[in-house]
Order: sequence, then C-alpha cells, then structure tokens
Amino acid sequence: MHSRYEVVIGLEVHVQLTTKTKIFCGCSTAFGQEPNTQTCPVCLGLPGALPVLNQQVVEYAIRAGLATNCRIAPRSIFARKNYFYPDLPKGYQISQFELPITEHGWLDIANAAGEKKRIGITRIHMEEDAGKLLHGGNSGSRVDLNRACTPLLEVVSEPDMRSADEAIEYLKQLHQIVVYLGVCDGNLEEGSFRCDANVSLRPFGQAELGTRAELKNINSFRFIKQAIEYEVERQAELLDEGGKVVQETRLFDADSGSSRSMRSKEEAHDYRYFPDPDLVPLVIDGAWIERVRAELPELPEVKRRRYVEQFKLPAYDAGVLSAARATAEYFEALVGLHAQPKICSNWVMGEVSRALKENEGTIADCPVSPGLLAGLLKRIDDNTISNKIAKTVFEEIWRSGKSADQIIEEQGLKQVTDSGAIEAILDEIIAANLGQFEELKGGKDKMLGFFVGQVMKASKGKANPGMVNQLIQKKLAE
Amino acid sequence: MSFSQMSIRQLQQALRDGKTSSVELTRACLARIAATDERINAFVTVCAETALAAAAEADSKLAAGEAGPLTGIPIAVKDIFNTAGVRTSCGSRILENYTAPYDATAFARLQEQGAILLGKLNMDEFAMGSSNENSANGPVRNPWDLERVPGGSSGGSAAALAAGQAFATLGTDTGGSIRQPASFCGVVGLKPTYGRVSRYGVIAYASSLDQVGPLTHCVEDAALMLGVVAGYDPADSTSVDCPVPDYLAGLDAGVKGMKIGLPREYFIEGLDPAIKQAVEAAIEVYRGLGAEIVEVSLPHTDYAVACYYLIATAEASSNLARYDGVRYGVRQQGEGGLSGMYEKTRAAGFGDEVKRRIMLGTYALSSGYYDAYYLKAQKVRTLIREDFLKAFEQVDLLLTPVAPTAAFKLGEKTDDPLQMYLSDIFTIPVNLAGTCALSLPCGMDGQLPIGLQLIGQPFDEMRILQAAKAYEAETDWHQQRAPLD
Repeated sequence: MHSRYEVVIGLEVHVQLTTKTKIFCGCSTAFGQEPNTQTCPVCLGLPGALPVLNQQVVEYAIRAGLATNCRIAPRSIFARKNYFYPDLPKGYQISQFELPITEHGWLDIANAAGEKKRIGITRIHMEEDAGKLLHGGNSGSRVDLNRACTPLLEVVSEPDMRSADEAIEYLKQLHQIVVYLGVCDGNLEEGSFRCDANVSLRPFGQAELGTRAELKNINSFRFIKQAIEYEVERQAELLDEGGKVVQETRLFDADSGSSRSMRSKEEAHDYRYFPDPDLVPLVIDGAWIERVRAELPELPEVKRRRYVEQFKLPAYDAGVLSAARATAEYFEALVGLHAQPKICSNWVMGEVSRALKENEGTIADCPVSPGLLAGLLKRIDDNTISNKIAKTVFEEIWRSGKSADQIIEEQGLKQVTDSGAIEAILDEIIAANLGQFEELKGGKDKMLGFFVGQVMKASKGKANPGMVNQLIQKKLAE
Repeated sequence: MSFSQMSIRQLQQALRDGKTSSVELTRACLARIAATDERINAFVTVCAETALAAAAEADSKLAAGEAGPLTGIPIAVKDIFNTAGVRTSCGSRILENYTAPYDATAFARLQEQGAILLGKLNMDEFAMGSSNENSANGPVRNPWDLERVPGGSSGGSAAALAAGQAFATLGTDTGGSIRQPASFCGVVGLKPTYGRVSRYGVIAYASSLDQVGPLTHCVEDAALMLGVVAGYDPADSTSVDCPVPDYLAGLDAGVKGMKIGLPREYFIEGLDPAIKQAVEAAIEVYRGLGAEIVEVSLPHTDYAVACYYLIATAEASSNLARYDGVRYGVRQQGEGGLSGMYEKTRAAGFGDEVKRRIMLGTYALSSGYYDAYYLKAQKVRTLIREDFLKAFEQVDLLLTPVAPTAAFKLGEKTDDPLQMYLSDIFTIPVNLAGTCALSLPCGMDGQLPIGLQLIGQPFDEMRILQAAKAYEAETDWHQQRAPLD
C-alpha cells in the first residue's frame, strides 16, 4: 500500500434478499430458472401494471438496519430512478432516495494493528433489481427478466476505510451479519452480495477528500482487494506525475487484474429521482421495530465474545463456532446438553466438521444431532468408552441414527474396568514378551507404550487405558 | 320509450321482463356504430362477435334469474383500459399492435357484473389532450356538431354515448378528461376521488392524478356504474380501503338544507356568456330546491394550470419511459445501435403533444431544476388541496362551470397549446386536490350542450350524486339527444 497518500474507501453493497417473492409482485425469486418464466405484468413493466410492496422486504430491511446500529425511519418513501436500458423494463428503477428506511449506523472492524475501528453506515435502502442481458453472438442480445424486481438492500458506508484490507474486513463482517440475519444467502458467485467501491487518495494530513473513482459490481472478496489495490496504484502514479484523478466509473476486469473507464462524470446519468406516485409513503411504527428487535438473533461478534467469556473457549474456537449461525446453534444446543464447552467445541470442530466435509453435508441437517452427540460424550465422560472407541461409535451413529448407548450395548464396546480381567490379559502378554518386559524394567520407557498397545489390542480397545498403565507399574514394582 | 331514453335500471327491468334481450340491445348498438361511426370515429376497436356471444350468454343468465346489476348491458371502455385479448393502443402509434395479457380491475369488475364489451374507444394519445385531436386514430367528432370536438381526452367515451352507440362508457380523468368531454357532449361524467377506483391495468399518464370514472346518460346510471367499479384493490397501493356506500339507495335524498359554495375565482371575465347564464340558471334551480348558496374562495386557483403541467408532465416523462421498443409495441430499427433504436422508436411512435409533455416533464425533474419546478409545484398542489378542504369546512359541495366555453371547432386550438390547456382551467384543480366531481348537462349554447360541475368532498361522491339527481329531476337537459340520424 502507498505511503505517500492516505487511501480513502467507501463501499456500496447490494444485498439480495432471500424473500420467496419479489419486492413489488408475487413472482418467485428462485435462481436459475428458464428465462422469463418468473415474470408477470408488474415485473415485466407492462402498461398499466402497478407495484405493491412486499412486507417481508421491509421486515428484512428493519432487521439489517437494527443489526448495523441504524435508526429506522418512521416514514420513508420510494423514488423512481430514471434511465434507459433494455434490462430495465419500466425505464426506471424503484429505489429510495430522500428518506430511506434506515440511516446513521455503524459496524466495528479490527484494523491492521488489531484495534477496533468504527465504520459508519450512511444508509440502507430498499430497491428492485434489474433483469439480465444475455449476449448471444449473431442472434443479438436477449433480455431475461426473471431477476427484475428481485429485492435488494443497498448498504452505503461512509468513506471510513483506509486500506483494501479494512474494506475486506468490513465486507466480511457485513456479509456475515446479513447471512446470520437470514436476509441474504450470501452467495457471491450468484451475485447475492455485490460491491461497488469508491476510492480516492489524498496527501496525509489533508482534510478534504480527493477525487474518487467508482469501481463497479465486483463479486468476490479477492477481486475487491485486487481492484482497490490496482486503483490505489493507478491514482498514486497519476498524482506522482502531477496529473489529476478524474471522477469516473470504472469497470474491473478480473482476468487482467486491471480496470477501465466506463463513463466519466460528464457522461453520468441525470437520474431525475422523484417520489414514486404509485407507492404510498411507508410508515413503520415503534411496535413493529421493537418486535423485529426482539426477534433478532445474537450477532456473530457478540456470540464470539460470549463464548470466550462464558464458556472460557480459546478465541480461535469461539471465532470458528460463531462464524455461521447454524454451527453456533448446533454448538449451543450441544453445550446445553453436555456442559463441557471445550470438549463440545473439540467435537464440533473435529469429528462433526470432518464428517460433514466428507459427506458434503451441512450442519443444519447433520445426522448426528446435538442430542445424539451429547449421549456419546456422556459415555466418554463416565469412562464407559474411550475416546478412540467413541470415534467408532460416532461413525455408527452417523450411519444408523442409533443412540450411543444402543450401539455400545449391541456391539459390546463397554470399557473393561475389571482389574482382574485386565491383569489376566497383561500376564499373558508379559509371558509372551519376556525380553521386552526386561527391557522395560531396565528403564527403556518406550516399551511401556508397547505393552499398553498390546493389551488394548487384545481387549479390542475395551480395556481402560488408565488401568492398564497402573497394572503395568504394579508388575514392574513386583 | 325507446331504449336510448332508458336508464340502465329500466333496461335491466325490460331484460328481466323479457321485453327485450341482451342480444337485441347489443345488435342495436352494433348497428348504430355501423351507421354513425364513420362520421364520429368514437370506436378504435369493435368486438362485434365476442359482444354477441357474451350477450347470448347474458340472456341465458337472465333467463335463469342470475342477473347482476349490469348483466346484458352493452358498454364500451376507453382504449386506455387493458382488456385481455382485445387490442389496447391508448391512442398511440407506439402501441398500435399491443394486446395486453390481463384486464384492468375496473373493466374486470364491469365484466363480473355482466356488462357486454362492445369495443374500445378513441382518445387523445396517452390521455394527453382536451379535444381528442391528439389521437393516432384520427380525431373524434362531436355528435351534436360534426365540425366540433367532443372534448378530451375521453372524447370517444363521451361521443359514443351521445351518438347512442353504447349505454354507458368508462373513461379516465387526469385534469378533466371525463368531465370536459361529458360537458361538450351533453352527458353525465363522474370523476371519483383519487383512490376510490383502482388504477390497476389503466395505462398511466400521471399516476398521482389519474382516476377512472363512468360516463352515462343520467345520474342514476353514473351511481350504478360507480358502485360497480369503486372499492379497494390490493393490486393498486394508492386505492383506498374505504367503504363504498350504496349510491343508488341514497340517490333521492334531495338538496334541501344543503350548502352549496360558489368559488368566486371560477366566475371570471372571459367565461362565455352562454355558459355563465346556464350556470346561473342552475344556481337558481338549486335555490328553488331549498339549497343554501354561499360564495367561497379558492385563492390558489390561478396557479392550478401551471402546477398541473409540471406535475402531470413530470410523472408522464417517467411513466412513458417503458415504451422503448424493447419488449412490446412498435420497434423502429435505427442506426447507432441501442440508442438509435430508442430514438427512432420513440420519435416515430409518439405524437407531438406527447413529445412536448415528455420534454416538459423531463426538464422539470432535471438536476438543478427539480426544486424550482417539480418541488415548487408539489408545494402549490398542497395549497390548492388546502383551499378545497377549507372551503368544505363551510359548504357541502361546490358548484362551477365545467369549461369556459362549449365545444370548440376542430383545429381551432391545435396550433396554440396554451389556449388548449386553458380549456381545463375549472377541472384541473379538482385532480390536484384529489377530490371528486361530476359534470352534468345544464343548458345549451345554441346547438351545443353546456355542463355544470359539482365538486364534492373527498370520498363523498354520494353527496354530489344526490345534488345532481335533484337537479336532473327538475330539468330535462339530460333527455336531450344529439341530432344525429
């Protein structure tokens, strides 16, 4: 990153909402359907059709606003953003301009030094998406309006970020929050979370902002970092040579890792925003806001801190377990049944996560429920089975859905704690391996492992390893 | 009594009594259209076959005793209403080939109550005009005098009725587009309160002003038609969930003790003497019926036309952006790729008046001009609405002329848009205020009908219908028919 200039970054993120239907009509928002099959007169922009606001979208916007510390406006209005493009069926996009639903929020991120840094959120507003153009060689371009009228939140930050890394930190946190809230599926490849970045430079110490360039529609964290870093270099070189940055919109090309100018300020559209006369002002009462607030899930950052404080988990464990809502829910259910957080954490991050990965499953439909897993952990805790046998039992629960107790019973896996039985086995093994036993007696400690191993093997893993150890010590002392 | 002098309720009775049939009424209308419409040009589409089929079906319903309030009655609607399967061109070349896949709510409600659709009616392109001369389908002629305009933009809706081609029609009114043609053609025209009738499926001109309403031969028919089309529609966010009274039941309440206001700003110099005289005579009729007449003031009246031409055109510039040749309508291939196609399509598809209003509205919304024009106009609109609400604290309704003159000649004002805009000077404020008003025949200027405007409080259509009915009972202007053979 450049040392001569201070980098100033503000982000605009488009979050596609997971409502079942579109923002202004009843059509499905399902992704990947045949072109123009998820459409009706409203989202096709047919003459005479009128928009009707989807309440669920408002609910989601309130959720996102509250989770990012925004103020929810008691009265907000929709506006038309006018411009011509073939993927925009009405010739205008219904968005919010003056009086958006939420304003004045913030998120805390960790900066490079690991310190807390507050990033301002200017506003979050609701709007409809446009359709998609399919460019098809000789047959010309075609328009697919399945995506038209899909609900979006546009989250606009203050120009508070000072490096690409801070921008990525902010984006990751925002991404985590909207997914946590259940308002967005977070799928970057499908465009559910898209980012525009406003980047400018200024000499250190200057209060006034430099001229910015806007980088459009970048859909992966890696590309955002690349695009910002490329832009910082480009502007720094320009300024170093005594040149000026022009205000423009630039398109980032991931293949070449560079960007090109899309339109200058002079060519920028005059969107002629005005209140949409087809929609009445949106009035949100305090009771609605409070209901949504009460139903908000605990957010990842708060969870992470709680796991460290309440469960005494290492920061690493707390971070992994709180990163996704489903994982956190699984973990918390497990701890509720088996009050040994660190052991629970080990199992969720270990066996559960390994088995899910192998079977390409998600934790939400993990065949070993927190209840089944707690049943297993209880048997380790009371020495019925060893940790090692427990892993085998886990596999069997996964396959059969049976309880740990049932499997232990059926397969006779109960640990042998009868010292007479273990001693008999040990005696046999010593008799068969007298030479090694002499070596152990002579102080060759690594022979200890050999004898424990042999006893475990002979007992098919059921001997209690602690007891085996004690008995060997006894034999040595005899 | 001939059918043309009968109210819809009388026709319904005749149908139920078997004195006539829906097929007979429909045939009579189709014959009348065939005999007169080459001269009038009220219809842009006639659905003879489907109308007769629907009439036959209505007759079997009538025979089975399953008739609704409009079963078997032949009607027609302005070509601005989407009608599934029947072309909807909105008076424009750009939609000359357009057929909607769905019905407008207001039309669907008429059909649900059994009305027979005869066809679609001529209009000013996208409802922009006061003379019906801005139509891609050619001008409509006034049945009272073929050299004169029928008014606009619902010129076809008024002329078809006056020519005896249909028993009732549906129009839209953004700045007077139902009331002024009703006045010019000697019929009753009702513009309900904004939000009273769903706009869903009605091609938008100016969304915050557009409202659907009936044109009929008499007040009772207007009450009946309004009762059918009015009411909340979840598909139109601006329609209001407010109970719809039984307009027919309350119609004969009379005006005794009613307070009628005369806004002094509407009785101005330049008002045609014949109009002035007819309206003054009507005032005397009301006085005679026991109404109290008081003068009131609507002080911001002078700003209404200017305010309207900023708000309506601003909304229109956005509403008409969808006619871009991409998805439907007529596309013109041009040079210069996409923008060439846009330019050529819109240049060829829209008429002059539509282009004039799109440019005016685009300008009013432009960055740097928005505050001075659009925003200022919205503030003036609020003042105009307050004028009306204040006046309604003193009176039950307002009485004014509908237009400063009777029907003018074809071509008389086409070169002077400002003069044309001023013909809506008494009707525009009502749309800006969002309240209701109706026009009813109240006299003649020679051979030309004159209209009286009654303006009611928001959602109080009942009161103006009652007052209109009381007047109608005292006079016979509504029984006059155009001398068209």
